[in-house]
Amino acid sequence: MFEYALKGNKRYWAWLLILTGIIAAGFYSYLHQLNYGLGITGMSRNVSWGIYIAQFTFIVGIAASAVMVVLPYYLHNYKAFSKTTILGEFLAIPSVIMCMLFVFADLGQPSRVVNIFLYPTLHSIMFWDVVSLSGYLILNVIITRVTLSAEHNSIAPPKWIRPIIILSIPWAISIHTVTAFLFSGLAGRPFWLTAILAPRFLASAFSAGPSLLVIFCLILKRLTSFDAGENAIKKLGVIITYAMCANIFFILMEIFTAFYSGIPDHVSHFQYLYTGIDGNVKLVPWMWVSAIFSIISLILLLTPKLRNNNKIFFFTCLIIFLSIWIDKGLGLVITGFIPTAFGKVIEYSPTFTELSISAGIWAFGLFLITIFYKIALSIKNSTSSVMIKEVTTVNV
Amino acid sequence: MYDSGKIITGLIIFVGLFTAPVWYNLIEGKAAMNKPSLSLPNNENQNECVAGTETMIADHMIILNTWRNDVVRNGKRNYYNQNHKIFEMSLTKTCFNCHTNKSHFCDQCHNYAGVNPYCFGCHNVPQNLENK
Amino acid sequence: MNKGRRKFIKLAGLAAFGIATEQIVSSKAQSKATEIISNRGRQTKKSLNSASAAKVRLAMVVDLRKCVSQNGCTKCIDSCNKEHNVPDFGETKDEVKWIWKEPYEGAFMDQENLYMKDQLKDKMVPVFCNNCDNPPCVEVCPTQATYKRDDGIVMMDWHRCIGCRYCMAACPYGSRSFNWRDPRQFIKEVNPNFPTRTKGVVEKCEFCAERIDNGLPPACVEACSAKALVFGNINDPDSEVRKLLKDNFSVRRKPGLGTGPEIYYLV
Repeated sequence: MFEYALKGNKRYWAWLLILTGIIAAGFYSYLHQLNYGLGITGMSRNVSWGIYIAQFTFIVGIAASAVMVVLPYYLHNYKAFSKTTILGEFLAIPSVIMCMLFVFADLGQPSRVVNIFLYPTLHSIMFWDVVSLSGYLILNVIITRVTLSAEHNSIAPPKWIRPIIILSIPWAISIHTVTAFLFSGLAGRPFWLTAILAPRFLASAFSAGPSLLVIFCLILKRLTSFDAGENAIKKLGVIITYAMCANIFFILMEIFTAFYSGIPDHVSHFQYLYTGIDGNVKLVPWMWVSAIFSIISLILLLTPKLRNNNKIFFFTCLIIFLSIWIDKGLGLVITGFIPTAFGKVIEYSPTFTELSISAGIWAFGLFLITIFYKIALSIKNSTSSVMIKEVTTVNV
Repeated sequence: MYDSGKIITGLIIFVGLFTAPVWYNLIEGKAAMNKPSLSLPNNENQNECVAGTETMIADHMIILNTWRNDVVRNGKRNYYNQNHKIFEMSLTKTCFNCHTNKSHFCDQCHNYAGVNPYCFGCHNVPQNLENK
Repeated sequence: MNKGRRKFIKLAGLAAFGIATEQIVSSKAQSKATEIISNRGRQTKKSLNSASAAKVRLAMVVDLRKCVSQNGCTKCIDSCNKEHNVPDFGETKDEVKWIWKEPYEGAFMDQENLYMKDQLKDKMVPVFCNNCDNPPCVEVCPTQATYKRDDGIVMMDWHRCIGCRYCMAACPYGSRSFNWRDPRQFIKEVNPNFPTRTKGVVEKCEFCAERIDNGLPPACVEACSAKALVFGNINDPDSEVRKLLKDNFSVRRKPGLGTGPEIYYLV
């Protein structure tokens, strides 16, 4: 089926070429980092996790969000999502690969990464994170391969794929919960030590992921003959609305507990984010942009006329994606370290090498998404005229 | 066959790349083409090595890895060899005590075999200390 | 390819996978079991009263009344850095420190007091890795590169560390440093008897495990001319550390987090 990715128009190849350039630049920067050490990034003794882990945390959410289209379609027979499930699953695979690449780029001794498997440590959440991400990748590869090749051959998928698809639903929830546990179990970091971190992660994932899916669907509608269907887009709009309401509600809950209790250890991190401390204000403009974007998006989402207008909805999804990218990426991981365990404020800003490597990994993810979507769309277009028996007609 | 031009060109390039290590070394006349000549310690103190020559050649990494786990993870620091002689399990303090010149001893075989053990990045070699 | 060959290759691949897995699992199962169990052993009131109290549990007492760090004394820090080849990068971003001085309100963040007694107000407190009894860093390390020894010391295995820095995120005391670059050029005077580290691994104070195994006290304890550092087995009721704790008021850093830090400060 990969041969479908080799046929494309000039725009397709130009896009892939640009991405390849960014990937090559990122790889070159990574060689620099391997040579010099992680000191080439902006990370320091005090802020020991930076944008690599921040991107990892954000993208795990995107990977998990495929469940938002898989669940209605396979558990509740919601036919409108018939065309989007493959797009969701094909978004999950490059996302998980991007996550793994970001963690790999962040390791001080990457050649020893196999140690995680040679010396499994059952009490370490990072071990379970690796296990659940690897499992999710394998699940999605199997699911997409089997369902797509069945569609390619115009037959129904084999019955055994259904329990595997059902398994991917709780598994998707688990990958992002485990990632939240990485942070929320640490007694020494009061900013992360909150039970609501996992629900926050899931709510923001289910807003940002489907938003990205909608962006892709609308772009594909413009550039190709693929149409996900108005019902699918509208339903995704409803899902994103509920998820965004939950997300903003959870953030406000956090802010209330911190400021009302007034405990300095807890308040100081939020102060750093929204007002800055002692003139250290690097993240303040970012956080306010994120806040304003979420409020605007909430208004646009809660107004049915604006939500159902695809042009405006595209813009809404874009600002949701950016808002959550800032909040989860910059505002969560880095702020856990600021102020430090000694109460000092030591700021962090990424260096050029760091940004180049991150851009390279994002470009690699987009590259894979482009190729996978090309394959999926080519197969769907060539078989769209054929009636195939749905695998979902069995009762739940 | 179809596309014979492309296939044969591709095959030639592939074989060329595959055998690159061989003809690269031939052209460059690298040290890897010379058999290693080890300079052994002069042994005036009649000190014996941890194990016999054949064993050391074949298994020195296994011995070192066992030592590593015993010292770091199990807190044991004394090693009794076949002749019941006691040694401290330390690369720097025991092995390099006699084999003081890395480039005339260790590097000889390592360069020939094309391996680059990263042990020396942390474990101090007497030679390097002199150069500091 | 006819069905027979396909089936054979599938079976062969499965068999090879099965054999490989079995080899790995059986060789690792033994070491895995003992490592998983031993990492979680920690002291509780119950265990202290039982026979296991005969076990050694190393701890340190820092007598802040005797410590003269505010006069600029850095003997403990210098001896540790020299003994363990701790590099000096000259800037705080990449710095590696095993012992250093913090102002009192930074070292004891949960002891906010505007009217602290004068001797403590400007005190610079030497801080180390607390070698906790219930170490959060050991709990989160994905490869057991940091682990608790039987005598209580939280060790680092620099051969196994993958440099993920999860332990640094988990430590509530900021005790751990990462080698952001190759440290070798930044070591003033190399001690040949202790390895340097390479870039990409985390390091910290280990209570001089290698000196203790040879019957010596930790380097800082030996170097302190004010005799402010006392080290010993806290499970032994006759040890000097226990006597000091019996007769003097002591505080620990962030004890409320349940980490069980084993460095006691006499104030």
